[in-house]
Amino acid sequence: MKRIVYREWRIPPTQFWSTLGILAAMVGMATLAFGYMEHTGHWVSGMNNSVVWGTPHVFAVFLIIAASGALNIASISTVFHKPMYKPLGRLSGLLAAAMLMGGLLVLVMDLGRPERLIVAMTNYNFSSIFAWNIFLYTGFLIIVIAYLWTMADRQGAAFNRPVGLIAFLWRLALTTGTGSIFGFLVARQAYDAAILAPFFVVISFAYGLAVFMLVLMYAFDEDNRPIGEKIMRRLKNLLGLFVAGGLYFTLIYHLTNLYGAKNDGFELWLLTNGGMHTFMFWVGSVLIGGLLPLGIIYHPELSKERNWIMTACGLVIIGGLATMSVVIIGSQAYPIQMFPGQTILESGFFDGVNGAAAPYHPTIPELLLGLGGVAVSLIITVVGVRVLQFLPESLADDVVALDEELLREEAFAKPA
Amino acid sequence: MEKVIDMKDENDAINPQRRAFLGVAAGVTAAVTVAPGVLLHTVDAAPRAEPVTSDVRWGLLIDTAKCVDGCSACVDACHHENGLNLQTMPAEQAVKKWETQKPAWVRKVKLQDNQTGRMTTLPLMCQHCDDPPCVDVCPTGASFKRADGIVMVDRHLCIGCRYCMMACPYKARSFIHSDVHGQLTSVPRGKGCVESCNLCVQRRDFGQESTACVDACAAEGHHAIVFGDLKDPDSTICKLLNEMPSRQLREDLVLNTGVRYSGV
Repeated sequence: MKRIVYREWRIPPTQFWSTLGILAAMVGMATLAFGYMEHTGHWVSGMNNSVVWGTPHVFAVFLIIAASGALNIASISTVFHKPMYKPLGRLSGLLAAAMLMGGLLVLVMDLGRPERLIVAMTNYNFSSIFAWNIFLYTGFLIIVIAYLWTMADRQGAAFNRPVGLIAFLWRLALTTGTGSIFGFLVARQAYDAAILAPFFVVISFAYGLAVFMLVLMYAFDEDNRPIGEKIMRRLKNLLGLFVAGGLYFTLIYHLTNLYGAKNDGFELWLLTNGGMHTFMFWVGSVLIGGLLPLGIIYHPELSKERNWIMTACGLVIIGGLATMSVVIIGSQAYPIQMFPGQTILESGFFDGVNGAAAPYHPTIPELLLGLGGVAVSLIITVVGVRVLQFLPESLADDVVALDEELLREEAFAKPA
Repeated sequence: MEKVIDMKDENDAINPQRRAFLGVAAGVTAAVTVAPGVLLHTVDAAPRAEPVTSDVRWGLLIDTAKCVDGCSACVDACHHENGLNLQTMPAEQAVKKWETQKPAWVRKVKLQDNQTGRMTTLPLMCQHCDDPPCVDVCPTGASFKRADGIVMVDRHLCIGCRYCMMACPYKARSFIHSDVHGQLTSVPRGKGCVESCNLCVQRRDFGQESTACVDACAAEGHHAIVFGDLKDPDSTICKLLNEMPSRQLREDLVLNTGVRYSGV
């Protein structure tokens, strides 16, 4: 095994600046979209008094949970003693910080009164999971920066394991907290389920890893750095495991709902009759985000090809956004059941007349705002790997450390 | 030079009569101009200056048997009382979309029992829970419950995150989606904040009885809504609650609502 050397991302300046230019343009458009919605009011968005959180929240929550998932790679190395993952730790930390920043910006930019952010920083109601999340998110950023320092600086190396352990526990708390934003809501049938918290933890593993793998493979390809088969196989199998875990939690969530008669209406609507939301669930979340990537990852031939693995990662991300849309928008669109056993014939406030779901049609400014968050995350990542030593020079098989499992295999391979 | 000083001394000599006159004049002026203001202010401020206490708990009883299908007097009255009628649809907006975005503190709902086909009509508004989910989830504490049981939004603390709207089991809250013009002094409103029925809190603070919706319903001769103190056994609302069966909406959530319904 050779020594791991980290180097700045050495792509041609034109490529670097044009990449930055495109991302900056996306941020610029998002800024305009924010200014437009803030100036005119939210009536220009598709959000309304029934579906109060829309497309920006889909992107924001995706980025936030993917952030905590991206940090997992570093945790596997530090907390679970897998030396093979050690060279990936720095990029893992950088992506985690970058995506959290992007996600939080989108959330803040969508507030009705974004100029009152200082109020949120100075007035806390500790019975609100939102208030706790403000500490969980800012704490996460600080801890990740400290974690990166222990990975990159000799003086910090001694603190690597304790800081890594704190980061791991903190990220679990963060994703649990994000899932609890929805899980603690007793008002709506789709929420009010404690399983949403661990569900968010599992899907965060999948989304974070998918983003991490895409960024890693793209960055290495562009700079002609090698990624060995060993590490590719491990990452790919890990992604398969997390995607399967997400599907399992989805299955259990819906089976639990289907068991009780009170949720029959909701499940029937979402699984068969919910129009766009049903499509998002079956095609977006289950097929694109789950079955197709699993098919690629465990296919004997396709799984060996880099392009197919990248496709699988992309599908997990697209499916993840669809899952967020089902969890956030679909769950609000289904009318609140205030009068069980009765049908609402007329209402002055869209209370689900004759069981109709609430309308929601995403608008361009919302989409631009969400994409702006993605662009901010990517700008931080691109600039980070360009100017600092985040990426290892090589992940070839002879460079990365052997895993204890492989060591065992070798031991078994020897004749007795 | 010395002469000037002498002159000054002469002018500065105290004239007791002049001083007395000025004193009386100032006193009379103050009495005529300032005192009525002070007195009026003192008289007026009495109910508002007293802190709200938990000796009372304001609530509503809605008798759905008396609520008339097709009548929207309570909704109209609420709009006038709180200036919701002053908010106009943005010129470029589609009517259908604006219907989903315009604020509504109270709305009429018509129900039909799936089994029996029995029809019910009722007004639905903030239920003023004793244990309000909107207050639990508000990150800044903008959503709060007063000691007298009124649940409302502090519009200075609201950051417009809409988490309370996600948490309300009665869909009682509205987000202000557009600019507000010509709002009422007693009900300040602003774009980007969340709002809901506050049992005409401005009337409580001025010691008035009843709410706009109750008055309007009574004026129509329906008397379907009764306002009062749920803690006062002699109040009309308590007597009625003792006489007739009533229930809370979504009782399973055990929120102990301040608004009760009869005949649902």
